[in-house]
Amino acid sequence: MYAFDIERPTTVAEAVAALKDEDAQALSGGQTLIPTLKQRLASPSKLVSLSGIAETKGVSADGGTVTVGGGTTHAAVAAGASAYPALAALAGGIGDPAVRNRGTIGGSVANNDPAACYPAAVLGSGATVVTNAREIAADDYFQGMFTTALDEGEIITAVKFPVPEKAAYIKFEQPASRFALVGVFVAKYADGVRVAVTGASEEGVFRWTEAEAALSGNFSAGALDGLSVSADGMISDLHGTGAYRAHLVAVLTKRAVAAAG
Amino acid sequence: MPKDHGIGASQKRREDVRFLTGAGQYTDDINVHGQAYVYFLRSDVAHGKINSIDTAAASAMPGVVRIFTGADFEGVGGLPCGWQVTDKHGEAMKEPAHPVLAQGKVRHVGDPIAAVVADSLEQARNAAEAIDVDIEELPAVVDMKAALNAGATKVHDDLSDNLCYDWQFGTDTETVDAAFAAAAHVTKLELRNNRLVANPMEPRVALGEYNRAKDESTLYTTSQNPHVIRLLMGAFVLGIPEHKLRVVAPDVGGGFGTKIFHYAEEAFCTFASRKINRAVKWTSSRSEAFMSDAHGRDHVSTIELALDADNNFTALRTDTYANMGAYLSTFASCTPTWLHGTLMAGNYKTPAVQVNVKAVFTNTVPVDAYRGAGRPEATFQLERVIDKAARELGVDPIKLRRQNFITSFPYATPVAVEYDTGDYNATMDKMEELMDIPGFAARRAASEAKGKLRGLGINCFIEACGIAPSNLVGQLGARAGLYDAATVRVNATGSISVMVGAHSHGQGHETVFPQVVAEMLGIDESMIDIVHGDSSKIPFGMGTYGSRSLAVCGSAMVRATEKIINKAKKIAAHLMEASEADIELKDGQFSVAGTDKSVAWGDVTLAAYVPHNYPLEDIEPGLEETAFYDPANFTYPAGAYACEVEVDPDTGKVTIEKFVSADDFGNVVNPMIVEGQVHGGIAQGIGQALLENCAYDENGQLLSASYMDYAMPRASDLPHMANYTVDHSCQTPCTHNPLGVKGCGEAGAIGSPPTVVNAVLDALNSAGHKVAHIDMPVSPSRVWEAMNS
Ligand SMILES: Cc1cc2nc3c(=O)[nH]c(=O)nc-3n(C[C@H](O)[C@H](O)[C@H](O)COP(=O)(O)OP(=O)(O)OC[C@H]3O[C@@H](n4cnc5c(N)ncnc54)[C@H](O)[C@@H]3O)c2cc1C
Repeated sequence: MYAFDIERPTTVAEAVAALKDEDAQALSGGQTLIPTLKQRLASPSKLVSLSGIAETKGVSADGGTVTVGGGTTHAAVAAGASAYPALAALAGGIGDPAVRNRGTIGGSVANNDPAACYPAAVLGSGATVVTNAREIAADDYFQGMFTTALDEGEIITAVKFPVPEKAAYIKFEQPASRFALVGVFVAKYADGVRVAVTGASEEGVFRWTEAEAALSGNFSAGALDGLSVSADGMISDLHGTGAYRAHLVAVLTKRAVAAAG
Repeated sequence: MPKDHGIGASQKRREDVRFLTGAGQYTDDINVHGQAYVYFLRSDVAHGKINSIDTAAASAMPGVVRIFTGADFEGVGGLPCGWQVTDKHGEAMKEPAHPVLAQGKVRHVGDPIAAVVADSLEQARNAAEAIDVDIEELPAVVDMKAALNAGATKVHDDLSDNLCYDWQFGTDTETVDAAFAAAAHVTKLELRNNRLVANPMEPRVALGEYNRAKDESTLYTTSQNPHVIRLLMGAFVLGIPEHKLRVVAPDVGGGFGTKIFHYAEEAFCTFASRKINRAVKWTSSRSEAFMSDAHGRDHVSTIELALDADNNFTALRTDTYANMGAYLSTFASCTPTWLHGTLMAGNYKTPAVQVNVKAVFTNTVPVDAYRGAGRPEATFQLERVIDKAARELGVDPIKLRRQNFITSFPYATPVAVEYDTGDYNATMDKMEELMDIPGFAARRAASEAKGKLRGLGINCFIEACGIAPSNLVGQLGARAGLYDAATVRVNATGSISVMVGAHSHGQGHETVFPQVVAEMLGIDESMIDIVHGDSSKIPFGMGTYGSRSLAVCGSAMVRATEKIINKAKKIAAHLMEASEADIELKDGQFSVAGTDKSVAWGDVTLAAYVPHNYPLEDIEPGLEETAFYDPANFTYPAGAYACEVEVDPDTGKVTIEKFVSADDFGNVVNPMIVEGQVHGGIAQGIGQALLENCAYDENGQLLSASYMDYAMPRASDLPHMANYTVDHSCQTPCTHNPLGVKGCGEAGAIGSPPTVVNAVLDALNSAGHKVAHIDMPVSPSRVWEAMNS
């Protein structure tokens, strides 16, 4: 780690002000950022801790929408998002207890790791990412691995999830990191089905539109028979080839539909 | 009633009190007044020529005490290899220099280029970033077969090529060829034994301290064998005589072989502390461990098995490429030869066995012994080819093995060793019973009803432990003796300290060794403590590896205790005015046979140190004895393992549903600790079979350089305890050591990988997928690809 200053604002406004400094960076649960700092892969001169901002914490349900504060930990979502069981289950399957008690939805969605779980829920639910400055639709938010629509210094204050009729997330773990080798989030809404895939693509989380079309007409695993995604552009590494990942997308989508009931 | 004292009692591990309450003292817990810290600047390229190293700017940075480079080590010895292998032409292996810090070239990612010593680690690291190193990158040698091609880039320019040695062993070529020509069936298999990173929980640490007034050095280090380090570093690297060098290995958090070896960082800290007259400490980060701890395994082999028309094994031939990495680590050369070739007969009476091994230098981290060391590689080849033969011939794999078992002992194999004792049918019977083989069909049907494939894998193994008879290994090229030593110091009031050459880094010696002495003397274990790990306190023993501690060091302790008993009987005879021949020792009491006269253990020990009424004309006062023990032979633990897996045909994911091990370890001193050793060994073997994969890309970059990509086994990867049975009830005691013990530390890691792979292949083939082999780790991706290719 290199030396840095730290500020601990208690409101979003203070945090936004503190982040105006050049080289300042937001610190939330630190589960991604702290290891990066320890390896000296990042050298912010100032960290702005978001942990003390009460207004960005907590889960609330209201009229078909579950709102998760940007500073809410995975453990708090697992315990508190009973109005959206698939989301609670996803949060409860991230990392281990230590990671879940520190890591936050804001940090995860801001980081947009191509193998992370939350991006699948956000995109698969057609959620809205709320920041200090604006509201961003999920379809506009994710822009490729580790890339998002966030501007410099912009803070995620909440994510608003419309609650679907049925949903499920199935994660096939990469054996070492236990992130998603492939993860598929399926959500059925009155106006159609959304299918979001994480872990698989070199472009990060994506929607499998053919599956969405098939499922919107017939929400059953059988509706996916014969459908497949191309291995082109799929991640190929030590843990699996692109062809294998493409195959898993189809398998896990069926399982997610079955699990959603 | 199970025993609660002495040999055979499952006593709880007394050392766990400090380990589990955070009261252990590991090397990193030791701090010396005024110590400095070293940070090693390591190569990020696999192969390169060092054009220049400019440390001027870095030296001026805050807190920097001194920066060392390879130039500071001119005239200093390199890290030695402890075993000279002679190749099939009678030539000595090639032994390239292994400098403490790189000289002229870097040869693997992680090779240390410079060492910055500073007041704090942070300062040392900051300064290291300011060192200007000009390295001209060279093509990397990664693939072993390509490394041997004519004209391949050389890892060591002063050697003729990348071949360390070409070794052949066992039956002569003519006999083997004739047997293959006459065979009714030949089964051939090519396979890789995957490279592993040992990953002990405690990373390596070294702290070098120098006392200028006494001209004495002390090295605190994470070692399995402090005396071996003192010998190698003192005599070969730094030229410090033994009486001026103390090596301490305090509590050590796991070794698995990788802490046997003498490493550059240990030599550096000792050397630098003498140069700057200040203690120097290094603590490995986990990332450094991945690129500087010796790796394990990494063999690529072709094995052929010849059978006659009645399915008797008639000949076996293997051809192995063994990766040495960039330099020869301490015991790298003997692992693929004498610890591998000599075990290739396995449990079978195959009359002709020939082993060929080419050891190859590559631009990768050095490879050396890792839990099992050579024996897992032998077992994996042999048991995989037997399984393949059974499938090809349509015979039951258990029957095929039984038919070829060695059944009379002693048995001299075609690969030089003589098994003293064993009963392979007994362990197979036990395994079959515990596994409930007849119930497998129903369990398979239940799995199929869930859409899963189920397979049953069988495996037998034999290993050579209790390493090793010194005269034999000396002939084979060992540059050290492999005896061990113990001093039993009986104190005046009867309590005992036993100073042992073995080192406990998780094995439980502090509990087990006292059980043996307590049994012999008939006193309580609480009166006995073990002292280990400090060269200034213990006799010159060789440490712990190769499942040798109890078989070799424990035997030394028995011999020393026998000397104690003999002397104590003389004292007791004097005290009771009886003849020494009539003295009996039972339950801590000396009595005169046929009388009611007796004296207690404590009376005798007190007399030894307060010799007022004592036969001083015949014997010396005091009660302390040392024994050195050199084994007459290796010990040969053996066993039969079985496992059932479920394969998810849609994802290729394998889960282990049931695992049984039936081991013959000879006599067992502490059954609970033995079971723990086997559980741990099997977990490591399952890790190798399903998860662990140390991989390099073609440029010599380590792909699995952290836990993000290197998969360690976790509790959830193992079968539920209800379906996980480790048995050691089959016991044919070792015939040549006084305890009749064989060693249990490595068995699980040797026996389990082929068991798991055999089970996966049974699942696939039984479901109609004609898959001959899948390399480890048998990952979901590989299984799915094998099923769909
Ligand atoms: C062992 C381990 C296992 C894990 N397993 C999984 C897994 O299975 N699935 C999974 O999805 N993830 C996993 N993770 C990642 C984990 O979920 C992280 O917590 C998450 O990715 C980052 O959240 P954080 O709160 O820790 O963010 P931090 O590490 O604090 O920050 C991450 C990045 O986001 C920025 N940031 C943080 N908060 C905000 C905000 N509110 N607005 C804007 N920018 C912000 C920071 O500046 C930084 O760039 C794992 C992590 C570890 C260490």
